[in-house]
Amino acid sequence: MRRYEAFSMALEALRVNRMRSLLTMLGVIIGVLSVVILVSIGTGAKNAVESEIAGLGSNIILVVPGRLTTGAAPTQSRLNLQDVAHVRRVVGDPAKVTVSLQSGETVRVGRTEQFATIVGTDENLPNIFERPLERGRYLSETDVDTRRRVTVLGAEVADKLFGDIDPIGRQVSISGARFRVVGVYATVGATFGVARDAEVHMPVTTAQRLLGISRINGMAVGASGPDEIEPLQGRVLAALQERHPGDQFSAVTQTQLLGTIGSILGMLTGVLAAIAGISLLVGGVGVSNIMLVSVRERTREIGLRKALGARQRDILLQFLIEAVLLTTIGGTIGIALGVGGSLLIQALTPVPAAITWWSIALAFGVSVAVGVFFGVAPARRAGRLDPVIALRAE
Amino acid sequence: MIEAVDLTRSYQLEGVSVEALRGVNLTIGPGEFAAIVGPSGSGKSTLMHLLGCLDRPTSGSLRIDGVEVAGLNDTQMAELRNRTIGFVFQSFHLLARTSALENVALPLVYRGISRNERIKRAKAALEAVGLAHRLDHRPSQMSGGEQQRVAIARALVGEPAVLLADEPTGNLDTRNGAEVMRILDGLDCTRIVVTHEPEVAAHAVRQIHVRDGLIELDTAT
Repeated sequence: MRRYEAFSMALEALRVNRMRSLLTMLGVIIGVLSVVILVSIGTGAKNAVESEIAGLGSNIILVVPGRLTTGAAPTQSRLNLQDVAHVRRVVGDPAKVTVSLQSGETVRVGRTEQFATIVGTDENLPNIFERPLERGRYLSETDVDTRRRVTVLGAEVADKLFGDIDPIGRQVSISGARFRVVGVYATVGATFGVARDAEVHMPVTTAQRLLGISRINGMAVGASGPDEIEPLQGRVLAALQERHPGDQFSAVTQTQLLGTIGSILGMLTGVLAAIAGISLLVGGVGVSNIMLVSVRERTREIGLRKALGARQRDILLQFLIEAVLLTTIGGTIGIALGVGGSLLIQALTPVPAAITWWSIALAFGVSVAVGVFFGVAPARRAGRLDPVIALRAE
Repeated sequence: MIEAVDLTRSYQLEGVSVEALRGVNLTIGPGEFAAIVGPSGSGKSTLMHLLGCLDRPTSGSLRIDGVEVAGLNDTQMAELRNRTIGFVFQSFHLLARTSALENVALPLVYRGISRNERIKRAKAALEAVGLAHRLDHRPSQMSGGEQQRVAIARALVGEPAVLLADEPTGNLDTRNGAEVMRILDGLDCTRIVVTHEPEVAAHAVRQIHVRDGLIELDTAT
């Protein structure tokens, strides 16, 4: 028997039992669909986070007190502005070091209130981070030195407090103190769930006085190139250890963040795909079950085919192709629905979904494999039937 | 054509050995028309399965068209059935959702013959049994007599040396049964009919009576 004869026989058998074939396929369709969609969402989330990190700026080292490992308790910061001055000397280029002191406060204009993250920083912030201005100016060295009550608003805060009015030169009230708005940042979006558009920046010195503290939360160092990052990391850490013997400090780079977060999200995507793969497996069991039913139902037909000269492998091939057709047709439908679903999710929800070719190829390959794997046992049973017994079957 | 020497076949039924055939010696020549008759349980079905290469003997020798059946593997048996033997069953055994033409062409599929050639031969076989007007009909759209004639066309399409008919008129009325037997009468290959109806057996030139797994009477000897 030629290969395509077995193929057309199998197709005919599926066509005859249209409803049953479709329902059997449904298991595979749902399995493949979920693999494609979940992998798309996982990959989309990873891409989004990676572009967020890349959007921060380039060659940045974030320096914070304590150990930056999962499970470590947050550490009370002992860093202060003298440490920053020391790090500036170590780095060599003072303009490439900036500071950060954060606190949540309510910002008020007239009767309008907005909760915002107050960030005390300095004039070097734009040298290190990508933080374009919408209007006005950045904080200046003089602002920091003289503890001026000036502020640069995040896009969202400016919009909530002032709406269509130009905030430059206007007053806002933070913790009872009056501040003059000197700049508004352009929209940058969120990084790690931190809404950077909801920040309100002021000179770090002003923030320290406002909050009544002398510490800072951390600093950021900009390296001049990718090769500079690692030596700089070591030098900065060594300098801080020297000033605070016995304290732990961490210096993380974007690459390290990308690596950590990428591997976490990659793992998440893998777990999602595995869960979806389980439903594909269940679909395969359904195929196996239906093929066994089909073999039993068509025992007389198998007996007759054997009497007419069908060999074991002719029968085996016919049923195996039937099973593989079930799963590949189901897989193809599942891929089409999965791609459609991912595009729909992308269009209708804020969830980023990125369709990857490997997930489609994998889903298709797995469908074929599931067909072969779960089809082989029923097909062998069909092929091995004794023609005498099969012909007598009811 | 067919040469059986000391043929036995026993089955294990729940640990007990049952001897269905207990030493059958039989020679059927080319073109002969023989009837195997006997009561149920006599072993005539077992004999037919052996002659049809659907089963292997427990001991003894069986040569069909010069080939020793006992030494064949499954694939060789299937090929022997395909080329040498045509089957006609009591319950027709046609594929339900398949046209008469496709049903008749089925043995040729397993012989690896091209589709066009299959259709041509199947058409000729259906014409030979007077069903040229029923090519595209499904079994459910035909009478019992017509269905059995389709089955005969299917048995003959591969030009087998031996035609084996197991109770071919068992599910038919008298008129259709007579029509089927008339077709068998007109063939010139070796024909073996298994039946318990004396009228059917009377069509055959030679009567072989089987009882208790042995040939009790053979009109040829």
